[in-house]
Amino acid sequence: MSTPDTTVREITFAEAVREALAEEMRRDPTVFIIGEDVAEAGTPFKVLSGLVQEFGKERVIDTPISEAGFTGLAVGAAMTGMRPVVDIMFGDFLTLVMDQLANQAAKIHYMSGGKFKVPLVMRTTMGATRRSAAQHSQSLHVWPSHIPGLKVAIPSTPYDVKGLLKTAIRDDNPVVIVEDKMMFKIKGVVPVEEYTIPFGVADIKRTGSDISIVATSSMVQVALGAAKLLEADGISAEVIDPRTLYPLDKSTLIESAKKTGRAIVVDEGYERYGVTAELASVIADGAFYYLDAPVKRMGAMDVPVPFSPALEDLTVPTEQSVVKMARSLCGKDQ
Amino acid sequence: MSRSTKTSKQAEQRNISLEVEQLLHMYKQMMSIREFEEKVNELYLNAIMPGLAHLSIGQEAVAVGVCEALEHEDYITSNHRGHGHCLAKGAAPDRMFAELLGKQAGYCRGKGGSMHIADPDSGNLGANAIVGGSAGIATGAAFSAQRRGTRQVAVCFFGEGALGEGLLYEVMNMAQLWKLPVIYVCENNLYNEYTPYAEATAGELTDRPKAFGIHVEVVDGQDVALVYDTMKKVVERARRGEGPAFLLCNTYRYHGHHVGDIDRAYYRPKEEEQEWKTHRDPIQLLTEKLLGSGLVEQKMLDQIRSEAKTEIDSGAEFAINAPYPDVSEVDQHVYA
Repeated sequence: MSTPDTTVREITFAEAVREALAEEMRRDPTVFIIGEDVAEAGTPFKVLSGLVQEFGKERVIDTPISEAGFTGLAVGAAMTGMRPVVDIMFGDFLTLVMDQLANQAAKIHYMSGGKFKVPLVMRTTMGATRRSAAQHSQSLHVWPSHIPGLKVAIPSTPYDVKGLLKTAIRDDNPVVIVEDKMMFKIKGVVPVEEYTIPFGVADIKRTGSDISIVATSSMVQVALGAAKLLEADGISAEVIDPRTLYPLDKSTLIESAKKTGRAIVVDEGYERYGVTAELASVIADGAFYYLDAPVKRMGAMDVPVPFSPALEDLTVPTEQSVVKMARSLCGKDQ
Repeated sequence: MSRSTKTSKQAEQRNISLEVEQLLHMYKQMMSIREFEEKVNELYLNAIMPGLAHLSIGQEAVAVGVCEALEHEDYITSNHRGHGHCLAKGAAPDRMFAELLGKQAGYCRGKGGSMHIADPDSGNLGANAIVGGSAGIATGAAFSAQRRGTRQVAVCFFGEGALGEGLLYEVMNMAQLWKLPVIYVCENNLYNEYTPYAEATAGELTDRPKAFGIHVEVVDGQDVALVYDTMKKVVERARRGEGPAFLLCNTYRYHGHHVGDIDRAYYRPKEEEQEWKTHRDPIQLLTEKLLGSGLVEQKMLDQIRSEAKTEIDSGAEFAINAPYPDVSEVDQHVYA
């Protein structure tokens, strides 16, 4: 006798975000959402649609267009018993909230000798190729990753975003969670039962033996696509997703590189001084004696993101460019 | 009839003595702050205190008058010139000094220093070294108090220099939209660091909060009783759910922007400083008021002053002798 398995179903990335928020808001009355057009509009990406109907405007709070202001307000609320989830529509607007994030939220616990906590979550976006030009396309997740006191999660699947967001909301520290706006519609398996994903635990998205591709966020799909193409060339690629940039699961990255002897790091942030530099250095340092080739980095081209599709597509790593790099590292390019 | 008159006279007498009692309390608070700041100056000049020291001497009536109108559970945020705010809200001088000297016994285990005193036990959400940087935090604390359904109000202390920072306008807008119980206390000490405020401030200063429809009060910040009375009014308003207020206190900073800012003639004349010290000193003005009431004798005030000095001296002594944090502290409390 077979019964349909109700515990397995596919939902979109956006639905996973929404479920995480709804579950945490039901569980904890101090959790609230604050940001621009988060209530009836449900954000321009419609990620939050429906939440205001369940939780009301008291807990899904539309603000004026004042990113620094409502972030600062959320810091004060977090210090005094609430758990705000701040919505920063475009990751490019991190520029507008940096004082409140880096000088206030990140430092308050330390500066107060551990007396105050700032259990704040900031959700924001990243990702190019939406034809949104230079001020709505950047991937600036490295900025909060640089600041001690902040944690940074960068999920790549519906399953991961739900589990990581729930963990973020329960964390007593400020957490920035960066979602690729091009992924809101992708679908993935998400269990019906409640779960959380601990920070600092990388996920091996695909096992392999010839080369390690460490990829974040949108680049995980690119890496998986590349891995499939590489298979045809007889190259077995392992794909590792760190899932959180801080805390960082260094050992999973290092162990994978030790096993394969080759590593590429792919991330959609600017390449120079970027996430790829940090991750590559971790691998080079930890797996030095096992490496058969230098660790390679692939980030976004170091240019303001151009508008024209003909130009924009050149700025981010693709399956083809990752394949090319992998073949070269494995000595297979002619 | 005569009985009732007598009762009312007694009540009046009681009120007067209550008032005197409160004024004496504020006198003691102001005297403590002044002695504290004089000691900070001394510690700094003797190279016992590291870092930076921004003294609030001359501005004591604002800190004291404002905090006198608050309850223990109410919140404040402070700024770089914040020793007075912290003391007035209930911080103990010995642990304040310990923090200023970077000692383990300090309010922040020596990790914050002069510009970052924070103390949840007295409702102090922290002093802030970014000008205007705490405006969001104070507004958020008021938001939280409103949402949690408490009676708390939050006070944001800042100088007139913070009027140049955009954050303040963003949060004042939200505070008024949502009727948050927050009081923005602006201490106009006339100088944005080394620049006369008029050179940096277009239009009327109070037009700015007024643009949001925020209730505005302007007081002589050297008159502690007036600061207190006005503050009490706006606090009650906020507790009734009538929203934020902006309290402009006109005051003066006797010292430089920081200890070490000695040659000030290029931005303000010595005569101006002397004028404030001689005729507008908040402690002197309260002394005259108390003595004038006929209910207080100079002897009593002398005793308060000497007690304050003793407490400050022993607090500083405690801090000087207190140990530095263990080196293992350096990476503790980065994360909760």
